[in-house]
Amino acid sequence: MALQGNLRDFSVTKLLNLIHIAKKSGTLTIQGPNELASLAFLDGKLIYGQRGDEGGRLISVLRYNQQLTEEQAQSLQQRPEAANDKELGLLLIHANYLTQQAILQALHKYLNDLVFRLFTWSEGVFQFYVGILPPDDRITVRIDLENLIMEGARRMREFEQLQEEIPNLDLALKFTDRPDARLRNINLSVEEWRVVSYISPKNTMRQIARANRLSEIDLRRIVYGLMQAGVVEILLPEGMPPPPAFAKIQPMPKTAEQAGLIRRLAERIRSL
Amino acid sequence: MQTVKMVVTGPFNSGKTAFIRSISEIEVVSTERKISLEVEKVKETTTVAMDFGRITVDDDLVLYLFGTPGQKRFDFMWEILSEGMLGFVVIVDSSRPETFREARFILDTFRAYAPTPYVVAANKQDISEAWSVEDLRIALKLDPSVRCIPCVAGDKEKVKGVLLELLNSILQEIESGGKS
Repeated sequence: MALQGNLRDFSVTKLLNLIHIAKKSGTLTIQGPNELASLAFLDGKLIYGQRGDEGGRLISVLRYNQQLTEEQAQSLQQRPEAANDKELGLLLIHANYLTQQAILQALHKYLNDLVFRLFTWSEGVFQFYVGILPPDDRITVRIDLENLIMEGARRMREFEQLQEEIPNLDLALKFTDRPDARLRNINLSVEEWRVVSYISPKNTMRQIARANRLSEIDLRRIVYGLMQAGVVEILLPEGMPPPPAFAKIQPMPKTAEQAGLIRRLAERIRSL
Repeated sequence: MQTVKMVVTGPFNSGKTAFIRSISEIEVVSTERKISLEVEKVKETTTVAMDFGRITVDDDLVLYLFGTPGQKRFDFMWEILSEGMLGFVVIVDSSRPETFREARFILDTFRAYAPTPYVVAANKQDISEAWSVEDLRIALKLDPSVRCIPCVAGDKEKVKGVLLELLNSILQEIESGGKS
């Protein structure tokens, strides 16, 4: 049976929960708006993952964790062992460049960061390929999904809170005109400055995110911080209608007589 | 003459009308209209008030099946239809995960109206995109005690299976004194 769908309808947190509970083995691919990621699972445990085409291989994982310089990575790529992650790992261990533990920690960190990144994806399509696992030459780990899901849920809560505070990225920002705003005493990070530099009634938050290559959650986090500091304000949208309320009625009383009635109904349906 | 009723509910285009048509002994009294909203044009017509099917048990007993309208703007009908029902079937299109959240909402709403027994019919299991019943259970966060049955709404035997499971659930609740 197919396990496929859209992240708008079934979030990454729910997907991982399903894989964890059902102890699934196979590969989950998620095509986001701009990139592809895939995660492999064995008996409901995360064992491997990659972002895009180049990710997932040991050299790129070690590069990602800054355990190799670009020159070292290029040099290793030339070696025949580079085609096989396990052979490459042994080479690095025998050369006393890295310990086995350091390699496994690097893989854990790479996978954790990849999953945490996926938690922020709200758009994309996914498909789970039952029984498809990484090639034998890849180094796999076993990461319990429970903690990842809990952390993911926490991040999603933060994401949802930020979405509540900043519901529409198609709105523009403006600098507050409060007379008590002490802009001179505020220390902004580089990313905050970049966002601030684009603030204008002509630029929507989505445009600012795109111009700065920020994800939606990163942009929301920065804007929220700037709002809390009293630096910026959102040009507010129209109010939303409240959700409808539902009335309750009492349950139908059940009597012993009904049991006979139900049996008669069942008998009739069987005979149809 | 005693009449009893069961409600068949579920999201838009989940297969409620087909489900009732498969089992009803009369031509289903359907209140379908041509779809006006562009986004809902995945089929030509939809139920706007209710579908109505009948199964005569004997001279003294008749079962009516009421299908609810799937579109949310007709949800004012749900409470009316839920009054006095023996139980209800939530039909879910297993191939459209975008409707799972709504299915869960409908399920919770009907449970709030009347905490009668219910079953979930994992419909459209005959198409390749369908999620398995096990995956659907997890996606809908169904309690282990809730029955989720594979279904093809156009297949009379499958529909019979779903209704029998619902009757079993009702019987169990009666025999347990409403504690199940």
